[in-house]
Amino acid sequence: MSINTRWVGAIYRKELRDFRRNRSLAVGMAIIPVIFCVQPLVTVLALNSQASGPLFHEHALLYLLGIPALAPCFVASYSVVGERQQGTLEPVLTTPIRREELLLGKALAALIPSIAVAYVVYSLFLACVELLAHPGVASALIRPPDLLAQLFFTPLLATWSIWISVLISTRCSDVRVAQQFSALASLPSVAVTTLVSLNVIKASLATALVAAAVLVVLDGLGWRAVSATFDRERLITGNPGRRGRRNGVTRPVAEAE
Amino acid sequence: MGGGNQGTAPAPALSVEHLGKRFGDRVAFEDLSFEIGYGEIFGFLGPNGAGKTTTVRTLGTLLAPSSGTATVAGIPLAPENGVEIRKRISIMPEVPGLYLRLSVTENLQCFADLYEIADPAERIDRALLSVNLTDRASDWCGSLSKGLRQRVALARALLSDPDVLFLDEPTSGLDPVATRDVHELILALCRKGVTIFLTTHRLEEAERLCDRVAILNTTLRTIGRPDELRERLFARALSVKTVAPLPDPDRVFARLPAVTGWRSDGQNGYLVSVADLSVAAPAVTRGLVAAGADVLAIAESRHTLEDVYLEMVNEDVEANRR
Repeated sequence: MSINTRWVGAIYRKELRDFRRNRSLAVGMAIIPVIFCVQPLVTVLALNSQASGPLFHEHALLYLLGIPALAPCFVASYSVVGERQQGTLEPVLTTPIRREELLLGKALAALIPSIAVAYVVYSLFLACVELLAHPGVASALIRPPDLLAQLFFTPLLATWSIWISVLISTRCSDVRVAQQFSALASLPSVAVTTLVSLNVIKASLATALVAAAVLVVLDGLGWRAVSATFDRERLITGNPGRRGRRNGVTRPVAEAE
Repeated sequence: MGGGNQGTAPAPALSVEHLGKRFGDRVAFEDLSFEIGYGEIFGFLGPNGAGKTTTVRTLGTLLAPSSGTATVAGIPLAPENGVEIRKRISIMPEVPGLYLRLSVTENLQCFADLYEIADPAERIDRALLSVNLTDRASDWCGSLSKGLRQRVALARALLSDPDVLFLDEPTSGLDPVATRDVHELILALCRKGVTIFLTTHRLEEAERLCDRVAILNTTLRTIGRPDELRERLFARALSVKTVAPLPDPDRVFARLPAVTGWRSDGQNGYLVSVADLSVAAPAVTRGLVAAGADVLAIAESRHTLEDVYLEMVNEDVEANRR
């Protein structure tokens, strides 16, 4: 199936405009980085030069990978159930757009701001460490491999979090419930990045490559899996179309596209 | 009344054969069969829960039919044709479903892109002009009244220049002037050859606009031109008004040609059932004059579409009681 970029772009632009003007979503998305940044920053700034030795053998900076794992879930979990509650889902589904393109547009609209927020927060964090922390601590903390890991794992983790949240959003009928479930579902990713940063899981080039490969596969499968579970009939009427179809009746037109 | 041209087009705009939709054990509608020609305004009437919206959603490829077949805008309603069908049709749902944090133009811009319109700005201007909303183009939809939101939804449905336009209660919440504007717009679209599938509870609207109407109550109860339905359901009758009551109405009406019966109809009024209006009307007039009655009015008794609708729906209510 070829992707119609104009349809994806239309949904992406619409979602961004909507998110930007939705104060509760914007605040929810901003709170996560603040929570993730403030406490580590205070701790790092309080460290003296003697702490740089142990820090050099750890990957404490990777703790911040919790931001892309958690921040997008507020926006992504809103994307389908929010439209459903507003009554805007049906008009969109009456247009030619396919479910894969609709979901891709929605995912991109959650992904781009999440990545931007994560990178901006990293940059601010690094700037604060570089300027305010003890020089030894700063050089032990800020190392090129960890920076590269931040750079590459941020979009991968954010994408995975987004697909989980969109999947939850398609199954829930209330925005807050969807957001709470999505936050819960993102916690395993946060736990893994935290364990890496605490050196409980040993970070190495091999583990990074394996983790990256797994995430790339999961992100690709996530799109397909969420598309497959996107049931127009259930979303519009509350009645599942899929189960009825298995009982020998006609397939829902839109689902087979 | 729209100028329907069914019969001249090579294929119907909509063709439905034994279409049905069930949600588990619950039947939304079943055994629906009809055809609609290009440029026809087709009214779809029925009580709440009759299956009207579900029918629109099914024909609009949002729901899968449980049984039967259909052709929409010349394309078979099949899984692989969903995108092509949706490119040729437009649906205005009962609830406007606008993005309230977006402006009117931003709402329409999104849908113009989804319909891949070549010159979106020009088309948006045209759509807004047709619903008299040009001056509110930059307003947030959240700041608009219910009626204005309805008009934005109508503009959105017009963006793609559809072959078949499904309108679900298009004048719900509109004031009389706006309603008249929408009616004129529907008639103009019909003249351009657009097929309109109009779901409405406003029977005078259906009577005024529709070439044909169907009355649905889970199954199709009747279908035809409004005047056909009246004739089919109700015997033709003459309404007679006199200044004073007739001393012996039976003697006046009973022996007249083409008169099949009569009954009182209010004070000094009589409803005379007739077999042939052109024979009965002059005979009744002569009979009344011969009987020395002072006649106030003699006119054909008109039944409205509302009478037809209530007759059909009441039949179902009675049947359910039994």
